Amino acid sequence: MKLDNIYKEEKKSAFAKLSEIIITMASRPSGLIGLSILVFHIILAFISPYIAPHDFKAIDPTLMLQSPSAEYWFGTDDLGRDVFTRTILGGRTALTITFFGSLIALLWGGLLGIFCGLVGGKIDDVVMRIVDAFLSIPWILAMLLIVSLLGTSTEVLIPALGFFYGKGIVRVARAATHDVIAKDFIVSARARGHSNFSIIWNEIIPNVRDAILVEGAMRWSWMLLGFSSLSFLGFGVSPPTPDWGLMISNARGLMSFAYWAVIAPIVGLSSLIIGINLTADAFAKALGIDRSTKAPV
Amino acid sequence: MLFLIIKRILLGFITLFIVSIITFVGTEVLPGDACTTYLERQAFGEQLEACYRRLGLNVPAYERYVSWALNAIQGDFGYSLSGEMPIKDVLGPRIKNSLVLASAAIFIGIPIALILGIITALWRDKLPDVAISTVTIFAMTIPEFISATLLILIIAIWLEWLPGIVIVPTDVSFLELLPNIILPVVAIAMIMTAHMARMVRSSVIQVMASEYVQMAILKGVPYWKMVFKHVLPNALLPAINVVALTIAWLLGGVVVTEVVFNYPGLGRLVIESISNRDLPTVQALAIILASIYVSINLLADLLTLMLNPRLKTLQIRK
Repeated sequence: MKLDNIYKEEKKSAFAKLSEIIITMASRPSGLIGLSILVFHIILAFISPYIAPHDFKAIDPTLMLQSPSAEYWFGTDDLGRDVFTRTILGGRTALTITFFGSLIALLWGGLLGIFCGLVGGKIDDVVMRIVDAFLSIPWILAMLLIVSLLGTSTEVLIPALGFFYGKGIVRVARAATHDVIAKDFIVSARARGHSNFSIIWNEIIPNVRDAILVEGAMRWSWMLLGFSSLSFLGFGVSPPTPDWGLMISNARGLMSFAYWAVIAPIVGLSSLIIGINLTADAFAKALGIDRSTKAPV
Repeated sequence: MLFLIIKRILLGFITLFIVSIITFVGTEVLPGDACTTYLERQAFGEQLEACYRRLGLNVPAYERYVSWALNAIQGDFGYSLSGEMPIKDVLGPRIKNSLVLASAAIFIGIPIALILGIITALWRDKLPDVAISTVTIFAMTIPEFISATLLILIIAIWLEWLPGIVIVPTDVSFLELLPNIILPVVAIAMIMTAHMARMVRSSVIQVMASEYVQMAILKGVPYWKMVFKHVLPNALLPAINVVALTIAWLLGGVVVTEVVFNYPGLGRLVIESISNRDLPTVQALAIILASIYVSINLLADLLTLMLNPRLKTLQIRK
């Protein structure tokens, strides 16, 4: 009877585990708020091209800087474009780029970190020195260098962001690997003659996965911050792509009389970042990982 | 102890060395070079050759790196491209302005962060904590350019209390600069304070849960005496490192804030020099910003070592 229970416990599907985590996350008010905001933004990103009331790049000089009305809910900007349309479309670019960027960061950062933690020695020393050096260049300078080197297309921004935000994950993955490396099951796997690859895949990854995923979720919000800062500075996606950072920087000069054009993207971007942050926090708590004492490096 | 300090300093230098190589290689592979940018359409034949000779670009890359690095150590970063001015002279006033901004933000931020962090930790999950924590989470997650833009919109445009952007030249006296820097300082201090307050909070909460604090409570030590004598000294030590890392991380945010307020500091120089492809200046900035980062971390490490007697003996035994 008891054995049956254990068997059932192990048989739990990935889907059941995921829904359990999500229920735990939603049981706290902050997690529930974060999840709802994030889900709202993701749904909006999928359906916005179909519900957008106007053309996001239609320039009309006769409609310049109109205040909000029944026709233009959030008013129009300095080129007569509908701010509501551009705001709901703005999340698509940001979400797509940062989501795939985080995936790349997770993959290379996580694997390199696990590898360094496992092999140790000279290779580990050299790699960590280089990672430290990259960490000590302010993110904005490094991102600007990469972007001015390779241009600002989506195909460049995703791997560039992924590369740059992965270096912090290397450290986390390495530290998490160090925590499990001395445990008995690794020693016995080695004694059984398993290869390094097999040890990483079967023994280490299941044990460090949570820590790395939580770090990746956190990176996602920082990457969004970095990406929108780049757009704001004029080094991100190029106009007329509807993007919040770009919209804020364009509308900023005229905000003394057309504040609606700057408020709408601000609300969009802030709510998405807060949503991702709260979700990542709740995710960490649901998995029992405390990252409150870590510096944002 | 001494060995440990020397080792930390050496590691810092190695990090800076790698940073210098990364930026040198990074700027080296950028399309175009100083001469093609400077001469624009006339970049061919005799003129290009002459320019290469004048700027010393006709020698191999590694030789240029060595001579550049040797000069950089002595504080000579060569000439910037745009104004053909020594980078030293360009950097001087910019560094001063950024220092004013950052140190003002740190001096305002650290005490507030300490007080807020301690309050939220001692009244954990009660009304003061919930209220302050909500505000700090908002302040630390919203991008710098958004909080700065909102500050300008509300305080400078709607209320008309302070100037919204800095429109003074690079080298003005401190008093002239003062009304101009209040908003940028608030913008930076806000996000910095929020980060640090969160760190202090979790650090204090951890110590409050430890056994010796439970022991002190059981012994009947008065609450506030316990807080100041047993909890805070132990809670604030590990916070030093994290606070240092946070300050260093926020260097990037200072860049954005300076651009929003049009403030003539290092941050705006970063953007200007990258837009103008002024590579020598970019290299100099990368090294300077990385040195600031490395030295803040080093300082924090040494401070923790000096203040924590346990660490001292631990290292000697090793």
